[in-house]
This record gives sequence, structure tokens and C-alpha cells, in this order.
Amino acid sequence: MLPEISLNVLDIAQNSIKAGAKLVEIEVSRMRQDKTMTLSINDDGCGMDAEQLERVIDPFFTSRTTRKIGLGVPFLKQAAEASGGSFRITSEVNKGTQVFATFHTDHIDCMPLGDINSTIFSLVTMNEDLDFVYTYRVDQKEFTLDTREIREILGNVSFQNADVTAFLREYLSENQLEVEQ
Amino acid sequence: MKSLEELKAIREKMQGQVGFRSENEDGTRVVVGMATCGIASGARPVLNELVKQVNDRKLTDVAVTQTGCIGLCQYEPIVEVYKPGEEKVTYVKMTADKAVEVLEKHVLGGTVVEDYTLNKIKL
Repeated sequence: MLPEISLNVLDIAQNSIKAGAKLVEIEVSRMRQDKTMTLSINDDGCGMDAEQLERVIDPFFTSRTTRKIGLGVPFLKQAAEASGGSFRITSEVNKGTQVFATFHTDHIDCMPLGDINSTIFSLVTMNEDLDFVYTYRVDQKEFTLDTREIREILGNVSFQNADVTAFLREYLSENQLEVEQ
Repeated sequence: MKSLEELKAIREKMQGQVGFRSENEDGTRVVVGMATCGIASGARPVLNELVKQVNDRKLTDVAVTQTGCIGLCQYEPIVEVYKPGEEKVTYVKMTADKAVEVLEKHVLGGTVVEDYTLNKIKL
């Protein structure tokens, strides 16, 4: 198991990257009153057919040919269901894949969200050739980090530029705090 | 809410500084395994610490990148160092602290940190 939900997000997003996605949308939405958290990861990658989709929740299936098991999707499914929540994955060939999970945050087996900002930071800085839209929502408040907007301002300045990485870290942490207030 | 406004200033500052991107071919590549196995064993803090150190030290000829599973899951987090003209060195069971040590001694200092390498481990 991956010990934080945010590590599951990182892992699932790596599947999107391997699927050749150009845009990955990640949304974390917390409802404090309902004590639930929903997570969605949508990509426009190569997608899967019905047969692959059925097998992807099976830990003994992987699209890789170098080994025989793939644990990422089953890990997230198990984590959501262990908290009394739900898991859903839909996909269409050449269109993309959508992963959706709900967690009951008051359940004793619900793992913490963890350091979601580190997850987003590493995705954005390591994959400059694709775009991410990250939305973090708590009740009615939310903020979004859209790399398409950032790219437009920065021109050809790299996301790995020291000033840019410092900005990204602050942007994520300050806005997360504000949304949580 | 923090806005994207500050990015404009960063762009202004960077204008005219060509070749800033650290992906030139003569540079060193530091590659972190970021498949499920790597992530589960702690690759995320290793990767982010390396990016931070490279930035803080203003190392323009060191590129930090990621890769998938290389088939040695039990030794993750794995960091590979590719220096131009030298053989690849594979470091296993990395932590953020060990990665900083590798960056200082090997990438910058030129001396492989033998204790952390795959060769030291009895396979």
C-alpha cells in the first residue's frame, strides 16, 4: 500500500503520463461537513479498451511486458474502499481515462491525504512537455494551478528554473492554507 | 490568494539568459525511479530534494529527471547518475539525505559514494 492518498495520486498520474496524455486534470475536493474527500484524475491519453479496463483493477495485470504485476490502480481502489468509500475508472481508446475515488475521512482506515503539494510539484517540474490542471477544494473555496496559464506567462523559461520552483512551492502551500481556513 | 503575477517578473529577469535550461548534453543526469515501487518506498522526497538542491546551488549543468521501474523494486528508491564519459552509477535505498550526499560527493566532487551503490549490495 502507498501510505498517503497523495502518493496514490502521483502514481496514478504516472499512468496518464505513460499513456501519452497531453493534459492531466487532478482534483481534490474535501467536504468537511460530510467528512468526505473525492479525488479525480482525468487524462487525454491513449485510453484502454473494455477488456484492459476490466483487468486494470486486478493487481496481477499490467500493461508492461517486463513484469507481470501492476499495483497502482488496485492500491487506490483498496484505499478508497477501506474507508467505506468508492472507486470508479472509465476509459475510452484514444480519448483518455478517468479515475474517481471517494474517501470517508472519519473512517479509522482512511489514510491521510498527505503532502499533495509535493505530488503536484514533482509532476509539474518533471513533465514539462505536458500540462496539468490541479484543483484543490475545501467546501466552497478552491484554487487552481493550471500549467497552461503558467506556460503562457513564462514563455521559454523552464519550470525547473530556481525562481519558478520557489514560486510553485509557495503558490501551492499558500493557496492550500487559504482554502483550508 | 497568491496569483501568477510574480511569474512575469521572473520572466523579465530571465530574458536574455539563453541556455539556462539544464538539459544540455554535456551535463550530468540524475535519474530517480518513480514507478509504484519507487513511490511506495519514498522516491518523492528524494526527487524533490534533488530538484531543490540543484536549484539552491544554481547548478545549471545537472538535470534531475524521472524514470519508471527498472526491475529492482526491493532496492528502491533508486537514483542513477549519468556523468558524461563515465559509466552509470546506480544508488539504491536512497533517502533525501543520502541523495544530497551523492550530489555533493559524486556529482560535484567526482567521487562515487560506494556504500550506497548497487555493487555494494549482495544480490
